[in-house]
Amino acid sequence: MTTNSSTITQNISNQTTSAIELRNVTKRFLTPTGQAYTALRDLNLSVAPGEFFAVVGPTGCGKSTTLSLISGLERPSAGEVQVMGQTVQGIDPRIGYVFQSDAVFPWKNVLNNVATGPLFRGQPKAQALERARDWIARVGLSGFEDRYPHQLSGGMRKRVALAQTFINEPQILLMDEPFSALDVQTRTLMEDELLNMWSSLSASVVFVTHDLEEAISLADRVCVITAGPGTVKGIYPIDLPRPRKVEDIRFEPRFVQLYHEIWEDLRNEVMISYERNKQRV
Amino acid sequence: MSAISNESKETTTAPESQGVPSTTTARRRRRIIVNSLRVLLLVVLIGGWELATRVGIIDPFFWGQPSGIWAQIVTWATEGTAQGPLWEQILVTLEETVLGFLIGVVLGVICGVVLGRNQFLADVLGPYVKVANSIPRVTLAPLLAIGLGLGMQSKVALAVVLVFFIVFFNAFQGVREVDRNLLANARILGASQRRITTEVIIPSALSWIIASLHTSFSFALVGAVVGEFVGAIQGIGLMIQNAGSNFNANGVFAAMTILAVVALLSDALVTALENRLLRWRPKTVSDLTI
Repeated sequence: MTTNSSTITQNISNQTTSAIELRNVTKRFLTPTGQAYTALRDLNLSVAPGEFFAVVGPTGCGKSTTLSLISGLERPSAGEVQVMGQTVQGIDPRIGYVFQSDAVFPWKNVLNNVATGPLFRGQPKAQALERARDWIARVGLSGFEDRYPHQLSGGMRKRVALAQTFINEPQILLMDEPFSALDVQTRTLMEDELLNMWSSLSASVVFVTHDLEEAISLADRVCVITAGPGTVKGIYPIDLPRPRKVEDIRFEPRFVQLYHEIWEDLRNEVMISYERNKQRV
Repeated sequence: MSAISNESKETTTAPESQGVPSTTTARRRRRIIVNSLRVLLLVVLIGGWELATRVGIIDPFFWGQPSGIWAQIVTWATEGTAQGPLWEQILVTLEETVLGFLIGVVLGVICGVVLGRNQFLADVLGPYVKVANSIPRVTLAPLLAIGLGLGMQSKVALAVVLVFFIVFFNAFQGVREVDRNLLANARILGASQRRITTEVIIPSALSWIIASLHTSFSFALVGAVVGEFVGAIQGIGLMIQNAGSNFNANGVFAAMTILAVVALLSDALVTALENRLLRWRPKTVSDLTI
């Protein structure tokens, strides 16, 4: 690990404040039928600076809601959300967000898509485009600058989305099942690339997924959320060494052990959610 | 005949080695058949009409006659119409149409985007927009003629009114249908409200707006022609009006033919604009060469 000035300041701030802090957060939505639906109830979470934090849970447990609360896209109904020691009020420019579905702009080509963030943040056009070219190269899309998203494969579009987020050098990176639409091979590849990019960026990551294997391979800690209304069921430190190779790590004995341990917790929640959905149908 | 059917049998079962050339010949053959059937249909319709008038089944005095229509167009083109040269009439109607179209589109897009973005304003104005839309708007023609006179303004105004509502509703709907994920992404990436409008909402609503342009151009033409019916000094609408009141059925058809040509040419222009503005969109399946 390189000990540059940013990691030193991080270690100092580590002792005083966490990067992300959710205290007794409750979020209710109004359903189209006019009833209140509680997505999250009394959720408490704390993510350290530079930490890779994975959130797993059954479908509809409020994982995505957690991210939109941290990003400032949504406000909590009760409780407090803090980022870098400050209560979240609106969108924080230090936050990056990779969405589950395609959120790249279909009318912009790859170059302009990646340059969107810097341009929105007021950088001069020439500089923004130059940095965009650099990031396109880093995600391995050189030569595709003038393609439109519909001309790319799902994996390539995801790379565009990653470059679009990473170019803003976020200190907090929120990822909402970013690779769930990809095939298994592409997915493993992208997970490795994500780990590489993360290690050079030293950002705190909150990675939401329904795939426990993915969560354990990537994260420092894995948090299991209960079937909705979501609250923390358990948090598990993942003591696998870094740097990790996603395609190899899942065969290590410690990985399998952790998987069994966490799956015990997760399975109950998945069953609850499954039974509920069955009754609804 | 047998040689052709044998060949077609071979091409349908041909292995991949010959797949590409055989599909192109099959496509070419299909296109030739489609085009010749189209021509045949036209010949049968026009020819049948002409024949029916010649043998006396249809009275050409009331229903016109293709040869008479053609003669009328030639006379107008060479000797001019009662209101002046033919090209001048076409130009006047076209000018009214294009002006009405442009003003209507700009107003429609602006109002559609503003109301689509502002829920409060949309709630306040909603019922009035509905009422205004439910009135058959061509009925405004006499009113506009009274208010704005027999010149170009009254026709342009009618075309604007007709175009506005079509474009307005499409722009409004387009704004409402913007992908929530794209909006969230733009906000996270640091877009201001103004840039969200210009760089996310408008491009995204553009496919809706442009889809409405084909319809609204033909409505602009309707506005111009109906405006000319009601009262005008020049224009194709006036030519139709005159021909009608003189029991000149061929004249009505001739003016209609001219209008159809004008409408088709301008539709091609709108299509070109559409392709230019929506380059980022994937081609529809029918456009792809399979």
